[in-house]
Amino acid sequence: MSTPVLELSGISKTFGAVRALSEVDFHVAPGEVVALLGDNGAGKSTLVKVIAGAHAADSGGTISWEGEPVSIDSPSDAQRLGIATIYQDLALCDNLDIVANLFLGNEELHFPGTLDEVAMESRARELLDSLSVRIPSLRVPVASLSGGQRQIIAIARSLLGQPRVVMLDEPTAALGVAQTAQVLDLIERLRDQGLGVVLISHNMADVRAVADRAVVLRLGRNAGDFPIAETSYEEIVAAITGAADNPVTRRSERADTPAAATKDH
Amino acid sequence: MTQQTHLTSEAPDTSTAPAPADPRLLTTAASPRGWLQALKRNLRGGELGPLPVIVGLILIAVVFQSMNDRFLSPQNLSNLTVQIAAIGLMTTGVIMVLLLGEIDLSVGSVAGLSAGVLGVLAVRYGVNEWLAILIAVVAGLLVGLLHGVIFAKVGVPAFVVTLAGLLGWQGLHLFLMGQDGSINTSPNGPIALLTQTYFVPLVGWGVVAIALACYLVSVLAAEAKRRRAGLPCKKAPEVALRTLLLALPLAGGAWVLNQYKGVPLAFLIFVGFVVSLDLVLRKTRYGRMVYAVGGNAEAARRAGINVDLIRVSVFAIASALASLGGIMLVSRNFAASVSTGAGEELMMAIAAAVIGGTSLFGGRGNAYSALLGGLVLGAISSGLLLLQMDTSVRFMITAAVLLVAVILDAASRRGRKTHARGGA
Ligand SMILES: Nc1ncnc2c1ncn2[C@@H]1O[C@H](COP(=O)(O)OP(=O)(O)OP(=O)(O)O)[C@@H](O)[C@H]1O
Ligand SMILES: [Mg+2]
Repeated sequence: MSTPVLELSGISKTFGAVRALSEVDFHVAPGEVVALLGDNGAGKSTLVKVIAGAHAADSGGTISWEGEPVSIDSPSDAQRLGIATIYQDLALCDNLDIVANLFLGNEELHFPGTLDEVAMESRARELLDSLSVRIPSLRVPVASLSGGQRQIIAIARSLLGQPRVVMLDEPTAALGVAQTAQVLDLIERLRDQGLGVVLISHNMADVRAVADRAVVLRLGRNAGDFPIAETSYEEIVAAITGAADNPVTRRSERADTPAAATKDH
Repeated sequence: MTQQTHLTSEAPDTSTAPAPADPRLLTTAASPRGWLQALKRNLRGGELGPLPVIVGLILIAVVFQSMNDRFLSPQNLSNLTVQIAAIGLMTTGVIMVLLLGEIDLSVGSVAGLSAGVLGVLAVRYGVNEWLAILIAVVAGLLVGLLHGVIFAKVGVPAFVVTLAGLLGWQGLHLFLMGQDGSINTSPNGPIALLTQTYFVPLVGWGVVAIALACYLVSVLAAEAKRRRAGLPCKKAPEVALRTLLLALPLAGGAWVLNQYKGVPLAFLIFVGFVVSLDLVLRKTRYGRMVYAVGGNAEAARRAGINVDLIRVSVFAIASALASLGGIMLVSRNFAASVSTGAGEELMMAIAAAVIGGTSLFGGRGNAYSALLGGLVLGAISSGLLLLQMDTSVRFMITAAVLLVAVILDAASRRGRKTHARGGA
């Protein structure tokens, strides 16, 4: 694997008395999809927010970008480096069309203050084509799009800034089977274009489908870093829950012996 | 570093040739039949556009004309256009606030306050009338800034801020007027001329010709640019049809108004503001931001839009437009009185916006609602006046029309929701 584009080491974050992250290490390379796994409250979203500049990390850790130490103190710092974040609540304007949403806050102008709709629509078309995303008309309000299409628009929107690293917080949580597949396709395409992708997901099937590596957090600490191809489902679950004997293994054992399962109740 | 350029410049070869239209995209044939089908599709999807209002206007015209044949006379229609100008200007401001998904209950009181300021300055203190008009508008702007800051920065709901404004500015208005119940303005100064000026026929025709030429040139230029960029564009017959649909009411209006005294200045001012507001809303970055904040303020904030600034500016503009409405009221009555703006103006301004098709739910609507809604309400009151009906009847009919408009708004919102999903 090539050198990491983004590397964090010894990152801690405390909220009052809660230590959400302690001494976490993390890295992502160009052309790599890293799944960030962990139980509820493990600190995944907090780590993503630290990288995105939404939270400042405690002093002590280091963040480096292409080998150079950097500090990320605000969302615009992260954006300037080339880090794009897609949060779970997508934040699209339902009343505006696709082009308007893609360029919101970043409109192309001709005379001072007036919109260059043609330039924006061509660029939107080009961008979506490059992602092999087929959407019938770019001039329909996004309210009329399916959940998967909306997720794709949100991702495409973050790509206009030409990021090097894209972080997605549970991008498939609310999607059906077909729409999940669309989003996973898009993630693979981002990887093929050489971007580093950080994917938070509770869905192990999605993770196995697209991720190259799985970084597991448990109670705010690193709990393992696995190459997906060589790691079994059980090993990852054990790392997430912190024990070989965990609710997931117990449940699958019960399923193997139906009699025991009924007795449990 | 190479991967930086992949996203946009090294798109797959599909982008070099214009991409074939998506098979799921229903195309509109360039024929009357195709247009009719597209219209039906839009209606079913909850995109009603101006159609209900236009149908309503035609209905009103037919009913009143059959009851009194003076209704469609040039004199009555000419008076109608002057009558709607004042409240129409207030409505344009209300529309901006509604687009944000907020409400401004103070427009009547602000109009009254500005009328009072104008009367007191111009008559009691003998200030130059133009200067007095300017000060009255600036007063409105400052009032709106105050509303906007309290709403956006302090976080008090707009409903409450402007309710306080409704009371407070009316109070200040009464205070300014002092002992005088009414201050008569000069019958031939600039203030009076605002609503007393009519243009010779040539001016009316000239305005129509220029408007049509501007429309046609800008549409043709835009479509040519789209074609060069390989984007879907309107075919020539469609452009011709749209121009014709615009030319008919413009030419008809000019012809009727020229039969009486000519095109009134007051109406031109009103329409001028409507057109300018429409251009600002649709063509500028500022307008895009207004729609974005009205659609999803959180999304707008994350996109880097200064949401507070947009909110403050919209409330300021709305109050300034309300002031202009107040000035028109003074002009028409040759007087600023304690009752200016204190009556039905607020209700009618909000009703006109909603009847014209601007949604109460924010983010949907356009400037032309002020013109269409104003015409509907103006036509109803003018017709009932001809029939010598009482205000009581007018209020009830207006209420019914308003209810129909709100029901259409809610229903079309639901239509959009059910037709929204399942695209892919
Ligand atoms: N702004 C905050 N203030 C205080 N505590 C916080 C804040 N944000 C997160 N925490 C705490 O930090 C811990 C980690 O939360 P985080 O949201 O990162 O978990 P997560 O791994 O994303 O969980 P989930 O899978 O449920 O999304 C939790 O104990 C949470 O309560
Ligand atoms: Mg989370």
